[in-house]
Amino acid sequence: MALKKVKGSLERVFDKNLHDLVRGIRNHKDDEAKFIAQCIDEIKQELRQDNIAVKANAVAKLTYLQMLGYDISWAAFNVIEVMSSNKFTFKRIGYLAASQSFHEETEVLMLTTNMIRKDLSSQNQYDAAIALNGLSCFMTPDLARDLANDVMTLMTSTRPYIRKRAVLIMYKIFLKFPEALRPAFPRLKEKLEDPDPGVQSAAVNVICELARKNPKNYLSLAPVFFKLMTSSTNNWVLIKIIKLFGALTPLEPRLGKKLIEPLTNLIHSTSAMSLLYECINTVIAVLISLSSGMPNHNASIQLCVQKLRILIEDSDQNLKYLGLLAMSKILKTHPKSVQAHKDLILQCLDDKDESIRLRALDLLYGMVSKKNLMEIVRKLMVHMDKAEGSMYRDELLSKIVQICSQNNYQYITNFEWYVSVLVELTRVEGTRHGSVIASQMLDVAIRVKAIRAFAVEQMAQLLENSHTVASSAQRNGICEVLYAAAWIAGEFSEHLRDPRGTLDDMLRQKVTSLPGHIQAVFVQNIMKLYAAILVKYEEDEDNDGIREVSDLLVEKLPMFVQSGDLEVQERACCILQLMKYVKKLQDKDVSCADEVAALFAGELNPVAPKAQRKVAVPEGLDLDKWINDPPSDSSDDEGPANSLFIPDDSRMMNESMTRPVVEELSDDELERRREARRAETQNNPHYLKLGASAKGSKYQEVVNVEDIPVANIDLSVPLYVPGTKRLSDKYLEAERQARKRDKKRRHGKKSKRRHKSESEEDVPVVHKVDIMGGEMPEGATESGDEGNLELDDNDPHKLLDIDLDRPLDADEKLPVRTHRIVSPSAEDRPVEEKKKHHRKDKEKEKKRKEKEKKKSKKEKKRNKSGDDSAHPSLLIATELMSPGHEAIPSPGEEEEVAPPSAPVKKDTTPKKEEPKDDLDFWLSGQDAPVAVEVTAPEPGAAADVDSDAEDTSRHKKKKEKKAKKEKKEKKEKKEKKKKSKVANDEDVDSGRRDGFEELNSDGPPLPPMSSYRLLAEDSNIKMTYETRVQSQQGQQLIVSVIFTSLAEQHLKSLEFNVMDSLNTKMDRLPGATTHDGVPVPFQLPPNSFNEGQFAFQVQSINVAQKLRGTLTYTIKTEESSTSEKLDFKLYLPCTAFLIATPCSSDAFARLLQGGELSSKYSIKLSSGGAPFSHVLAKVCFYGHFAIVEQIDQSASLYSCSTQGHHICLLVKANGGGDVSIDGKCADGSLLSNVMEEIKVTAS
Amino acid sequence: MLKFILLVNKQGQTRLAQYYEHPEHERVSIERDIIRKCLAREDSQCSFLEYKNFKLVYRRYASLYFIVGVDHTENELAILELIHNIVETYDKYFDKVCELDIMFNLDKAYMILEEMVMNGRIVEMNQNRILLPIRVMDQAAQ
Repeated sequence: MALKKVKGSLERVFDKNLHDLVRGIRNHKDDEAKFIAQCIDEIKQELRQDNIAVKANAVAKLTYLQMLGYDISWAAFNVIEVMSSNKFTFKRIGYLAASQSFHEETEVLMLTTNMIRKDLSSQNQYDAAIALNGLSCFMTPDLARDLANDVMTLMTSTRPYIRKRAVLIMYKIFLKFPEALRPAFPRLKEKLEDPDPGVQSAAVNVICELARKNPKNYLSLAPVFFKLMTSSTNNWVLIKIIKLFGALTPLEPRLGKKLIEPLTNLIHSTSAMSLLYECINTVIAVLISLSSGMPNHNASIQLCVQKLRILIEDSDQNLKYLGLLAMSKILKTHPKSVQAHKDLILQCLDDKDESIRLRALDLLYGMVSKKNLMEIVRKLMVHMDKAEGSMYRDELLSKIVQICSQNNYQYITNFEWYVSVLVELTRVEGTRHGSVIASQMLDVAIRVKAIRAFAVEQMAQLLENSHTVASSAQRNGICEVLYAAAWIAGEFSEHLRDPRGTLDDMLRQKVTSLPGHIQAVFVQNIMKLYAAILVKYEEDEDNDGIREVSDLLVEKLPMFVQSGDLEVQERACCILQLMKYVKKLQDKDVSCADEVAALFAGELNPVAPKAQRKVAVPEGLDLDKWINDPPSDSSDDEGPANSLFIPDDSRMMNESMTRPVVEELSDDELERRREARRAETQNNPHYLKLGASAKGSKYQEVVNVEDIPVANIDLSVPLYVPGTKRLSDKYLEAERQARKRDKKRRHGKKSKRRHKSESEEDVPVVHKVDIMGGEMPEGATESGDEGNLELDDNDPHKLLDIDLDRPLDADEKLPVRTHRIVSPSAEDRPVEEKKKHHRKDKEKEKKRKEKEKKKSKKEKKRNKSGDDSAHPSLLIATELMSPGHEAIPSPGEEEEVAPPSAPVKKDTTPKKEEPKDDLDFWLSGQDAPVAVEVTAPEPGAAADVDSDAEDTSRHKKKKEKKAKKEKKEKKEKKEKKKKSKVANDEDVDSGRRDGFEELNSDGPPLPPMSSYRLLAEDSNIKMTYETRVQSQQGQQLIVSVIFTSLAEQHLKSLEFNVMDSLNTKMDRLPGATTHDGVPVPFQLPPNSFNEGQFAFQVQSINVAQKLRGTLTYTIKTEESSTSEKLDFKLYLPCTAFLIATPCSSDAFARLLQGGELSSKYSIKLSSGGAPFSHVLAKVCFYGHFAIVEQIDQSASLYSCSTQGHHICLLVKANGGGDVSIDGKCADGSLLSNVMEEIKVTAS
Repeated sequence: MLKFILLVNKQGQTRLAQYYEHPEHERVSIERDIIRKCLAREDSQCSFLEYKNFKLVYRRYASLYFIVGVDHTENELAILELIHNIVETYDKYFDKVCELDIMFNLDKAYMILEEMVMNGRIVEMNQNRILLPIRVMDQAAQ
C-alpha cells in the first residue's frame, strides 16, 4: 500500500518534465500566462519535496522559464540545493540554473563558497569545469577573494580542459578582486606559452582584455606578444593580439614601427576576412599614432585603402559595411588616401542597405571639396526626397549641414547657394533638426556679412510662408527656423525689400500658435522692424504710413500679451506700453523714430563658443583661496559627532555677507580690465565691428579672394517663388557654367595649371565673405578640447590599473584558506603544502608526458615551457620574482642541468634589469640581437671543411658581406668590441690550423673532417653548427649555425631558441625571457644558406651540455605563409671549450713536472686501420689540441681551456692499430670527459 | 567581449538566451527591443547593428536568428564566424538541428555554448573538442 502511494506520488511528480513543459507552452498559445502560472505553482510544490531528483526536474523547468523572461530568483536557494547534489546530472542542472539566474546581488551566493571550492577541487574534471563555468556567470567580490587561490591552483592543472577555464575565470576574479592580479600575473603570463593551444589562447584572451583597459602596465609584454603574433597560426589568437597591439601603440609609437611589417605581411597573406579586417584596423591605429613624424608609411596606408576598397566592392553587405567603417578611421588622419576612392563611397550612398548608406554618409565629410560640394549636397537632397523613414532623412539633413559648415564653411564658395539650401531644407517633412537649420541660418547671416541682404530676403519669404511651416509646427521642430527667420529679418531689417510686408507677416494670428521662445523673438523683432520702418517713413515724411503702422502694432500686440508664455507676455507688455508712448508722441507730431531706433542700435558680434571658459581670472583673485578662514579643521572632527549636523549659523551668515565684499574689491580691477579690453578690441582684427569688413580677414588671406574671378549670378531671376524649382540647383547650374567658361578660357595655357585643376584654388568663390572666429576674451586663444579620455570611475577596470612590473612584496599573496590560526610557523605552511602538492603534480605530469611523447610528436615540440613551468608555487615565485622576467626558474633547468648544486644560488638572485629598459632596447629598432653576429666563416675553418663547404663558401662570403654592409650602421657602436673578437677568432684559428698544417705535410691525405655537426634537419631547412670560443672570455661560447634552405620557398622570420639550463644560457635580446628565441637576422631565399652566430654564457665547462632547442620559421609562398618548427638538441662537448694553444716542448715539460696537473686519465681507441697520423689529426681537430712534439708513433699534445685548464696528452700507437692516450690535467672531471669525447670522435 | 547570445525564432520568441554580463535591468524589454530591431532587417542588409552602447551581430538560419551582443572592440566578422560555428556544432550534435531540437534540449544547447564561449570569451572552436565532454556526459547518463 505504502509502495503504491510512493509510486503514485512519483508518477505525479514526474508527469511534467521539461519536455512536457515546453510542449505544454506550445499547446497553450492562447493562455500561455495562465498555463505558466500553473506550472510555477507545481514547481513550487515539487521544490518542497525532499527528493533531489524532483527538485532538479523543477529547477530544470525553472531554467526554461527564466529564459522566457520569468523571474526565478525566488528559487535561488533551491538552485543551490540542486547544485550541491553529488550526482553530476543534477549538479549540472543546478549550475546551469545558477549561471542563468544568479548575479552579483544574489544573496544566497554567500552560502556557495565551500561547495564551489569542493567542486573546483573535484577529481572529476567535469565537476570542476561546470563549477568554473558557473563561477564565470556569478562571480562576486567575496567569491573572488575566497576562491582566487583555488582557481590559481587549477591554472596548473594537468588537464588543459580545466587549465583553459581556470585561466579565463581569472579575468573575472581580477575584476572583482583586483588584489589578485599581481600575485597571479606571473603564472598567467606563463600560460601564454602553454603547450595546449586552447590554454594559450585563453591566456591571450585574458591578458589582452586586461591590457586593453590599462595598456601602459602591459607594455613590457609587447615582445612576448610580438613573438606570439609572428609565430601563431591561430586566427582567433592573432585577432586578439593584433587588437591588443592596437591599444598599445598609442603609448609607444616605436612599437608601431615594429608592427607595420608583420601586419602588412599578414594583410597580404591571410585569407580570413576577420583577420584581414583586424590587421587593417590595427595598421590604421598604428598609423594614427605614428601620424606625426612618420612620413614613410604611405605604402601601408595605400595597402589598407586598397584592401578596404576590395571589401567595399564586395557583394557581401557585411564586408561593405565594415570596409566603410574602417575607411572612416583612415579618413581622420589620411583624408587624401580616402578621397581617391570618392567614386566608390558616393556609390555607396545609393546602396539598398540603410546601414551602409549611413556609413557612407559618415565618410562624406571627408570627400567634399569646393568643387564637388554642390553636387554632393544636391545628391543628398535628392536622397532626402526619396528617403523613407525620418531617421535616415534626419541623418541626411544633419550630414548636409555638417559637410557644408565644416571647417568654418571651408568648402562653401557661394553662400547664396548655401542659404537657399537651408531654406529648402525647411521643407523637409518631419525633421527634428529644425534648430540645426535655424542655427546655421543665424550663423551664416551673422558671420557672412556679404550674404545678409540675400539671407534677409530669404527669411522674409520664409516668414511670408510661415503658415506652411507653422502648420506643421506641432508635428516637428521645423518651426524653429522661424526663430532664425524672425531674428534675421528684424536684426538686419535694413536689407528688407518690403519691411512693411514682413511686419504684416510677423503679426499674423497664426504666429501665436508657435512655441513660446519663438514668439518671444517675434515680439522683439517686430519692434526692431517697426523702428526701421519708422525711420524710413520719417525720412519720406509719410505721416499716414507712420500712423497706420503704429496703429497696426497697437492693435496686434495684445495677442502676444495674452500668451501663456511668461517671456512672450513680458516682452509684449513692455513693447505695447512703449508703443502706446510712441503713439502718444506721434499724436503730438513729435518725431521719435531716432529714439526708437536707438533702442536697437549697435551691432551684435558673434562670440566664440569657448569665450566664456577662456575669460581669464583677474589678477590677484585666487578662486581657491578661502574668503574667510576655513571652517574648523581636522582637530575639530574629533569633537562630538552631532556638531557636524548643526549648522553654524553665524559662520554661514558671515560667509554670505562677505562675498559681495570680494566683488567690491575686484571692481577697480574690473574697471581697469574693461579699459584694457576696449583698447584691445580696437586693435583686434578678429573683433567684428563696423567697418571691419574693409580690413582683410584671415579667411581672405588664405583664399586670396581678390584673385578669383567673381562669377555673375543673375539675381534678376525672381527668387521668391516658394515651392517651385529648386533654388539651389540654379547655383549649381551657374557654377557649372562658370567652370565651363573657365575651362575654355584656360584651354590655351594648359600644361602647368592643368595639373592643379584638381586643387581647390581655382574654384571661383562667388562671395567675398567675412568669416571669422568669434569674440574671445583677450589673451585667450582657440584651442582644441583638452578633455582627456580616462576610464570612468565606475569602470571596474580602473581598479586593475596596477603596475605589474614591480616585484611582488612579501605580503602580496592570495588569501589562502587556513583552518585555524596556528603556531608561529603557520606562515610557512601554505608554502610547503603547496610545494608538496606541486611536486606530486609534477610527477604525474612527467608520467603523463612520457605517455604523450609516444603519442604525439607535436605535443613534444612545445612540451617544456608550459606545464611544469607552472609548478613552482606561487609563493615561491613571490620570493624569486625578479623585476622583469624569469620570475620563476624555467623548468628546463631542473631536468637538464648536470651539477645543480653550485649555480643554483646564482640563478635565483634577481637580475638587475629594468624591464622598461629592456623594452626600450627591443623597440630601439635593432633587429640584430647582440649575440648574433653574422660573419663569414673563418677561412681556416672553411679550408678544413669538406669540399662541399669550400665550394659554397665563396657565395657565403659575398652574401655575408652584403649583410654586413647593411648592418654596418647599426653595429658601429660595437665595432670596437667586435674587432677585438674577430682578432681573437683568428688567433684561435691560426692555432688550430697550425696543428693541421704540420699534420697535413705528413703524408697520406686526410679524410675530410668538418667541425660542423648536423644540428637538425627537416624538409625545409638544415642546420649545421660549430662551436667557437675565445681564450679571454672564459664563459662565453659562440655557436655558429649554418642554416641551409632545402625548400623551394622563401624562409622567413627564423627564430633560434635554446632552452637555457642552469649552467648554460643563451644570450638573448635584453628584455627577452627565456622563452623568447633569438631572431635570426636574415631570411633564406630558396637554396641558399647563411650563417648565424649565437652566444652562450657557460658557468662550468667540465661537463658536456646537451641543450634542447627549437627553430621556428615561416615558409612564405605567394598566397600564404605557414609557420614551422624544428626541434633540435644542441650538444656542447667539453672539448668545445678547449683552445688548441701552441706550446713549446720546454714549457710542456715544465707543466708536467710542476705537479699541478694532478689528475690522470687514460683511454684506448682503435684506429681501425687508419694510419697514426690520421688518428692524431682527428684528435687534434675534434679535440682542439695542438701538437707539441711528435716522434714517430707517439706525440704529445697540449690544449688550454677557456677557463685556463691545461690539458696535456700523450698519444701513442700500440701495435695492432690501437692507440692509447694518457692525459693529465688539474681538473679530473674535465679531463675524463674530454678524453671520453675524444674516444668517440677520433675512433 | 560578448555580452549575450540570443536565439530567436521568426516570431520573435526567445529560444535560448545566454548572458555574459548581467543585464542592468529590464532584461525582457531590452531583449524584446533587440529582437524587434533584428527581425525588422531585410536580407539585403548587413548583419551589424549599433545598439545603445554595444554592437549587435546577427545571422539568420532558416527560421532562427542568432543574435550576439558584443562590445565595440569585438571583431564583427569573427563573431559571424563564431555564430556559424555554433550552428555547425549544433548541427553536428543534433544532426540537422531545428528549432524543436533546441527547445527540447535546451540544457544541451547551453552546454555546447558553455564549451565554446565562457565568460564572454571564445574558448574553443574545434567542434570535436566541444562535443567530446558532452558526449561523455551523455554516455554517463545512459
